[in-house]
Amino acid sequence: MVEVNYSQRRPSTVISIDRIPELKGWRQNGDRIEMGACMTYSEMEDPLFAAYVPSLAQAARTVGSPQIRNAGTLGGNLATASPAGDTLPPLAALNAQITLRSLRGERITTLSNLITGVKSANLGRDEVIVKVSVEAVDGPQEFLKAGTRNAMVISVATVALVLDAARRQVRIALGSVSPVPLRASAAEGWIADQVNWESPSVPDKEAVEHFGELVASAATPITDHRSTSGYRSHAVGVMAKRALARALS
Amino acid sequence: MSSAPTIARTPTLGRIGESVQRPDGAPKTSGEFVFSSDLWADGMLWGQTLRSPHAHARILGIDVSKALAIAGVRAVLTHEDVPGDGCYGLDRPDQPVLAKDVVRFCGEPVAVVAADHPETARRAAEAVEVDYEMLATVCDAEAAKDAPAIHPEGNVIRHVVVRHGDTGAVGEVQVEGTYEVGMQDQAFMGTESGMAAPIGDGGVELRISTQWLHGDRDQIAAALGLAVEDVHITLAGVGGAFGAREDVTLQIHLCLLALHTGRPVKMIYNRGESFFGHVHRHPARLWYRHHAGRDGRLVKVEARLTLDGGAYASSTSFVLANACHFAAGPYRTPNALVEGWGMRTNNPPCGAMRGFGVVQACFAHEAQMDRLAAALNLHPLEVRRRNALRRGDSLITGQRITGATPVIELLDALAEAPLPQAAVGSVAETDMELPGGAGRTADSRHVRRGVGYAASIKNLMYSAGDDDYSTAACSLADGVVTITCACVEVGQGFVTLAGQIAREVLGISEVEISPADTSIGSAGSSSASRQSWMSGGAVLAACEAVRDDLLAHVSSKTGLAAGELMLQDGEVLSADGSFRASVAEFTAEKAFRREEVFRHIQTEEPDENGQGNIHVAFAFAAHRAVVDVDAEMGLLRTVEIATAQDVGKILNPIQALGQIEGGIAQGLGLAVMEELVIDEGKMRNASFTDYLIPTALDMCDVNVVRLVEEPEPDAPFGAKGIGEPPTISSTPAVAAAVRAATGLEISRVPIRPSDVALADSQA
Repeated sequence: MVEVNYSQRRPSTVISIDRIPELKGWRQNGDRIEMGACMTYSEMEDPLFAAYVPSLAQAARTVGSPQIRNAGTLGGNLATASPAGDTLPPLAALNAQITLRSLRGERITTLSNLITGVKSANLGRDEVIVKVSVEAVDGPQEFLKAGTRNAMVISVATVALVLDAARRQVRIALGSVSPVPLRASAAEGWIADQVNWESPSVPDKEAVEHFGELVASAATPITDHRSTSGYRSHAVGVMAKRALARALS
Repeated sequence: MSSAPTIARTPTLGRIGESVQRPDGAPKTSGEFVFSSDLWADGMLWGQTLRSPHAHARILGIDVSKALAIAGVRAVLTHEDVPGDGCYGLDRPDQPVLAKDVVRFCGEPVAVVAADHPETARRAAEAVEVDYEMLATVCDAEAAKDAPAIHPEGNVIRHVVVRHGDTGAVGEVQVEGTYEVGMQDQAFMGTESGMAAPIGDGGVELRISTQWLHGDRDQIAAALGLAVEDVHITLAGVGGAFGAREDVTLQIHLCLLALHTGRPVKMIYNRGESFFGHVHRHPARLWYRHHAGRDGRLVKVEARLTLDGGAYASSTSFVLANACHFAAGPYRTPNALVEGWGMRTNNPPCGAMRGFGVVQACFAHEAQMDRLAAALNLHPLEVRRRNALRRGDSLITGQRITGATPVIELLDALAEAPLPQAAVGSVAETDMELPGGAGRTADSRHVRRGVGYAASIKNLMYSAGDDDYSTAACSLADGVVTITCACVEVGQGFVTLAGQIAREVLGISEVEISPADTSIGSAGSSSASRQSWMSGGAVLAACEAVRDDLLAHVSSKTGLAAGELMLQDGEVLSADGSFRASVAEFTAEKAFRREEVFRHIQTEEPDENGQGNIHVAFAFAAHRAVVDVDAEMGLLRTVEIATAQDVGKILNPIQALGQIEGGIAQGLGLAVMEELVIDEGKMRNASFTDYLIPTALDMCDVNVVRLVEEPEPDAPFGAKGIGEPPTISSTPAVAAAVRAATGLEISRVPIRPSDVALADSQA
């Protein structure tokens, strides 16, 4: 819509999918949470939803203004494929499955297969996103976002962390620090071995510190008008430490 | 029910000193107010501007044929179609209406289009083919001094020197620093818009949101080769100004298109174009060395200031002069040597913005005062108190201050104000109260709190010998007062003030304010904290003249001495109560009208040492900021700004508070987020996605601890302008608080997260 408003894009055809009930809202399906492509950020902020997928709820609250959150959708955030898309790191950390549909049928894909570059989504001209599904994880989730304003700000860097006690995994995804949402796999693997999974905790503060360093080194950010590459790496490191400390507290 | 007959006498409400509500307040909040962007005329065309994508390039050729061939396009105009001088400018006409041989900044207008539909106009502008040859850019203001000239008038727009006292004096204690201020934007809500239509025999009528109707009129007439009488301007609803509407933007383009097509033409900039269309606050680099005695008393201030004026002069000369004249701040400074350069570069043009040059100087001199305090182990308030200006002191320009100068009182008021409580609780409970806000980056244990102080001095009205005046008319008929004045309402409150003055003088409740247009003489610009004084003064004079005429008329009819008569609550009364009649009755048979011109005291141009009685009057303010800092993340939250201000007299308390809160919001914005990022002449964040201004969640509590009402001798009702001071010292107060919380130098605003979080690695 921004591109249309600025005449950067002049689509000859626009199809409204706003009134298709199947694309709206969210539902629980066994141990999974299914979200319609037209689920709005405001709906993600709902405490009932937040109880299942807190990191997405936290991310949704940082998006734009209340008016934008009433209009903007999960499907829109995915299709835009911006490195700064706020729901993308939580979806990456939650191993989301994304359902696409066209006249040719339906396919299910992952975030890393869908988003291939800056504002580039592997989405056919005849395809629409219909559904996103994540597991209802047993364990805390955290989303942190650095921006130069305390609300209604595009992200300078984001971190989403999921503590999956059942799988004994710490999954962490980073936003705005690479062309696509990034999983800090080395940091994930290292910290999983440090955590005492019986009563989730880490042996010492040094482990948290090192986790932060590993996360920071995973980032491959650029310098632009919003911030510097150095700050972005630093910020994801600090936010990773804080997210882990909160998840373990 | 009482049987005794009573005379209905409604006391006149809405006089000076009352919180009179704005007539446009409710319509603006309900969406019913008509802004300049809402203008409409049958058969109107839509205008669009084509702008240069390059910061510096030669135009080898412009081909408009493809644009003209598009159905619905009525005109595609270039510099060849501009009659008259073809140039305009607030200070000097150095800016082409449409670029001729060379474009000097990215965004400079090259062609204008009029078409039946706005989208057609946009497509036509895109279809204009311009052949550019790239030229080397000059984008650094300091380097511009020695760089090849990018304009026939050279790269130095103005060089100012202020020499005061013994410039060789040396203080026992010296502190030195170099400071930077980024490019702030006025970021008004209503983008540039207006409508022009041809009238009469070659004339043009323009409805526009602006700050100065007659200033626009004169520039339009000169640029298009018209007589000033042939340009008629009416003010349209203004959506904020803050200095950005002082310069002409689309005014001349609209008139040009209307005259060329013979039809009404409307134009609205979108948000992105607005950033390219208007001038910004000058980015500045400032070097300072303060000399003081061991007791902390200033001996000398040395400063070198470089302001980046961008491609065209705009008001750079005056902004620079202000920065230099107030380089030492509100402090006794016996000796000073200040040198300033206003430079021309291939960056976007800079001009007027709330605070007008003093903002940049104040950030630096206040950082210096903190450095001096630290060097002497004094409290920041104490070093300021020891140096505070008092009435009768002289400025570094040699001018003696004759009006109210309550600097110590302002500082003391801040010292006595209680400090706000810290946020306590878990992140879920307090995130919006912590740095990072909705981003949930901080827990309260990551946060350190700092407290910082700053004070400022600002001149009121136009300076340096300018023949500054305002014109107003008052008419009284059938018991109704009508005020006519070309004073532009940009939100400052003249629409209520004019009525308050009329009620105060004439004792009549019903006051109408005519639309502002050029059918009456100039009111000057709504800027420089000047309209309450200047147009307020003109309205006061016109109302007093009508009062005198009316009383003389009543005197002639009744035989009572005019001096024994007074006006009160819609009636003419004699002092002894023996005579009483309604004003409506007297003014039904005879209407009264007087038009008056008001001038402030004459000022002087500075001499070669920057000395002289250059300014009319001065206003002072002081701020205390409390800022929570998450140093590891480099994120900030301003908790509270307490302020004390020298106001002369409060004319309308609720509007005074509005000016103070709004000004502080803009000062806070400059301190922590507002910056147009320019990279090799290209603006990188021309949108509200990336040019960040404080939201309601970033705006701190404002604690007005003291408004000093010490009447200003020459001002109507003793009132000083209050619009600018809140913006000026709020910025350095926030920076000082961050300094106090972190121990970092903080030599630049806005303070970026990396400036705090990575300060060690940058050092």
